[in-house]
Amino acid sequence: MIPISDFILRLGWWLLLAPLLPGIINKVKAWVAGRRGPPVLQLYHDLAKLWRKGVVLSTLASPGFVIAPAVAWAALAGAALLTPLGPLGGCLSFRGDVLLLIYLLALARFCTAWAAMETGSAFEGMGAAREVSYAVLTEAAIIAAVLSLSVQTSSVTLVTMLSPSAGAGAALLAAGLFTVLLAENCRVPFDDPNTHLELTMIHEAMILDHSGPPLAAILHGASLKLLLFSVLLVQAVLPMGQLSPPAAAGALAAGVLIVTVGVGLVESLLARLAFRRVPLLLTTAFLLCVFALLVAWKEGAK
Amino acid sequence: MSGSLNLLIGLVIGLNLLALGSSRLPALIRAMSLQGVVLGMTPLLMEYERLDWRLVLVALATMAGKGLLIPSLLRRAMRAANIEREIEPFIGFVPSLLLGAGGTIAALALARALPLLPEHTGTLLVPGAIASMFTGFILLIGRAKAISQVCGYLILENGIYLFGLLLIHSTPLLVESGILLDVTVGVFIIGIIVDRIQRAFDTLDTRKLTTLRE
Repeated sequence: MIPISDFILRLGWWLLLAPLLPGIINKVKAWVAGRRGPPVLQLYHDLAKLWRKGVVLSTLASPGFVIAPAVAWAALAGAALLTPLGPLGGCLSFRGDVLLLIYLLALARFCTAWAAMETGSAFEGMGAAREVSYAVLTEAAIIAAVLSLSVQTSSVTLVTMLSPSAGAGAALLAAGLFTVLLAENCRVPFDDPNTHLELTMIHEAMILDHSGPPLAAILHGASLKLLLFSVLLVQAVLPMGQLSPPAAAGALAAGVLIVTVGVGLVESLLARLAFRRVPLLLTTAFLLCVFALLVAWKEGAK
Repeated sequence: MSGSLNLLIGLVIGLNLLALGSSRLPALIRAMSLQGVVLGMTPLLMEYERLDWRLVLVALATMAGKGLLIPSLLRRAMRAANIEREIEPFIGFVPSLLLGAGGTIAALALARALPLLPEHTGTLLVPGAIASMFTGFILLIGRAKAISQVCGYLILENGIYLFGLLLIHSTPLLVESGILLDVTVGVFIIGIIVDRIQRAFDTLDTRKLTTLRE
């Protein structure tokens, strides 16, 4: 069995490194715009500040208003623990763990939407409705991507599914999963994390009424999700199993950095899409993953 | 060889979906012309060991005709008729994308069932051709503007051209150049007709053409 120290160490790494990614994205955006920008460690300071603050509770809200962000954060941390880390392998690995990963992500989304609707504010309900309706399309793309990896390796365990590269479908899968990453983490072509207009917000509208430690849990969970998706994307595309352990670790770190800088560049160079155009882009991402599945299936049939 | 050929035909299939998903006329024309250029390169790649001057000539003529001449004719018709750039779909963009993808998958399954020559079984030639024809049909049926229907017709023709590549050795140069000339003249005439439709009806919406006028 896994030693308990390894378990704690790994969780510590995930939790500690996650808030770095939004900092890097903001730095890239500032660099492209010619500003100095906030320091890379800004989110750590924000989280520490929020943790010390008190919570403002609406008289309408049930205890779910505080519980749901905690459950969402725990689900995302659990999903992070399931994710294998290149040469280190998975911490908790068993047959079918990929299904648990998908359901943990869905649970986290459900809890954020639940907490958003607790205060009875119209804006938050609108944000939750948008988040959930985009999620219907991104989840289809994720399931197609998981199927293509699983058909290619004929396995349902994350460690074996992610160790070879996705072959000829790798480019399709990379494009599809990158779009899904942008949509799932509420990044620019779908949502603007810096917007101050409630009518156009998605994720930001959902967390308007949260404050103090629950808000810190939501923000940290969002950064954890971003790190999780970039780690999954890099491992799905790169042939992790064929590299030596130090090279694989280096490739993973470099890949995550490239994905993060890519998100920052997309955010600086693109404008967000009109709401009616979003389903078209998400359908394209879904089709890219379906064609990757088709390629994997064809290669398997030969 | 089969790998790079399949890559090119995969690009053609991707451009089909791009044409189905693009909501502006210039983007649709660009996708269609890029597809023509990719198709022009295909015979060179298929026969790169046995190149002769006729094949190179056909390939160059296809690339120039479909990549430069026809798109410029269409753009000129668009400018002359001074039409809006937005495409109005009968079949929405998401449904037509899903239809196109479904058609592509069906074409792959169908090509597996067809009795092909052994040298063609590994390539995507037949499914790519069927998928392009299907995309052309969807664009012809599902778009209201005359110019986007012309683009659908040209993508349909691209599919037929891809199918004709199966017989690349037995098709004489005269047939190939005749088809290319027909298409170019067809688009030329359509450019004039589009201008006339615009003058007579003040719109290029083909739905309006069903009502009779004095």
